Amino acid sequence: MLELSNIKKIFNAGTIDETVLFDGFGFKIEKGEFVSVIGSNGSGKTTLLNLACGTIKPDGGDIIFKGSNITKLPEYKRARSIGRVLQDPRLGTCGNLTILENMALADNKNKSFNLTAGVNKKRADYYKTLLETCGMGLENRMNVPVGNLSGGQRQAIALIIASMTDIDLLVLDEHTAALDPKSSEIIMQLTDKVVKEKNLTTLMVTHNLRFAIEYGNRLVMMHEGKCIMDIKGEEKQNANVDDLLKVFNEISIESGN
Amino acid sequence: MDIFLNILIGIVEEGLMYALLALGMYITYSLLDFPDLSVDGTFPLGAVLTGVLIMHGVNPWLCLIISFAVGMIAGTITGILNVKLNIIPLLCGIIMYTAMLSVNLVIIRKGTDGMAIASFFNEETIFNSGIASVIPQSVGGFYLRTAIISLIIVVICKILMDLYLKTKSGLLLRATGDNERYTSMLGCNPGTVKILGLALGNGFAAVAGSVIAQNKGSADQQMGVGMVVLGLASVIIGLSVFKNVKFMKGTTMVILGSLLYKASYQIVLELGLPTEFNNLLKAVIFLIALILGGTQITSLIKSFTSKNGKEKANA
Repeated sequence: MLELSNIKKIFNAGTIDETVLFDGFGFKIEKGEFVSVIGSNGSGKTTLLNLACGTIKPDGGDIIFKGSNITKLPEYKRARSIGRVLQDPRLGTCGNLTILENMALADNKNKSFNLTAGVNKKRADYYKTLLETCGMGLENRMNVPVGNLSGGQRQAIALIIASMTDIDLLVLDEHTAALDPKSSEIIMQLTDKVVKEKNLTTLMVTHNLRFAIEYGNRLVMMHEGKCIMDIKGEEKQNANVDDLLKVFNEISIESGN
Repeated sequence: MDIFLNILIGIVEEGLMYALLALGMYITYSLLDFPDLSVDGTFPLGAVLTGVLIMHGVNPWLCLIISFAVGMIAGTITGILNVKLNIIPLLCGIIMYTAMLSVNLVIIRKGTDGMAIASFFNEETIFNSGIASVIPQSVGGFYLRTAIISLIIVVICKILMDLYLKTKSGLLLRATGDNERYTSMLGCNPGTVKILGLALGNGFAAVAGSVIAQNKGSADQQMGVGMVVLGLASVIIGLSVFKNVKFMKGTTMVILGSLLYKASYQIVLELGLPTEFNNLLKAVIFLIALILGGTQITSLIKSFTSKNGKEKANA
């Protein structure tokens, strides 16, 4: 499905702050996998997502997606088959537009944005059924600007939007980190529901160890640009937060944090 | 009394004509968050082009459409400078404006056999031919034809823009100004949308130039001086004064903003400010609009409509 091979990524190249994050880094996701990626700050989790989505380009190596090399493909073109939800709920929706207008835009993804009516009223019922799955009553507030909603509500809409059209990969970039505990729980459950319903291949970065254990079928821990733990199946089912914390502490002592 | 009414008519005429510029800058400044200085060049571009075309017998209404198209080309170049060459918005505007100084001069020179001003006082314009001849020249001693023609043009442009902003392309434009990453996540290139927005904005600026030139009966490069300030001030005044008026569209707000701007400008002039202070006055009004737009006016209006505000917060 997605394979990063022999990736090299250097930040601040040529300055005294030069940091080599990835050197010969490799990562692979198979179709149908739901991978949770954890790791400390600066371990390369978000960089991994940014490389996959095309937000940043690698300094070396190849990114293969569905059999074709997309290393040089710009972000907006990759977005046609990759849905993404970001940490900041404001970035996954447009605050000035209403819920209905946001949904209509997302519905038109991969089609021409021409001079026909932006909102097709006939599709409104379909949008409502999608929003009902959130259980937040959003389906009754279709004409409210998204900017007036709470972070949790915006993130729910962002998730619906990201998974609305046919995508091959769903990328979740710490998408519950900016929310309160209750909202993040709700969004995580909603995520699981959407992923299972649509059978989406998913790559999720999270700081929440419990989410990483409870959800998904594969778990990866990253440290200093390397995958230091990669478990799935039974091994993952038997893992618990204490085990993960133990590994976390060990690597922290090693690197002197 | 007659004097006041005549001043008022003058304000309405000019306010409406410059509202076309404000509509253009509403797209670039307000929707796309792009302070576009190139309108100082595209406004007179529309004016001189119209002057030269009318002198060569082109239909004055057609001149509006040609101005719009040529303005769009200029705006496209501004957009390409920003999007493809990564030049910051202010510098893109300065580059375009400087280049347009020459372009506009060349257009006048070529079109008038070497003069610096295109004068066409006796030619047919939108204000004295075609539809205009159907409208009575004056009512009760007041000359209203210019105001009516201007109103018709502004209303048409406003309706077209409102309709456009509801299309798929228009929604995407609004989304891009608010959140570029969202556009990108929809699989669209935000750069292309930006270029389109700048093209539209400059198209309107050129139409404004065309209308003003047709009203004056002449056109020259000097007409562009201070247009950025005038346009931005109108947009900011309109959007901040009418911010909390429910169901009022942004396009309506900036048209009213243009009228308010012209009114405040004209009132100070009528109080006896010497003409050499014109541009200083424009700058001061702009400054006041920026300060008040940012703080006082909005909080003042909020205090009037505090009940409204609370409801919103609870919703």
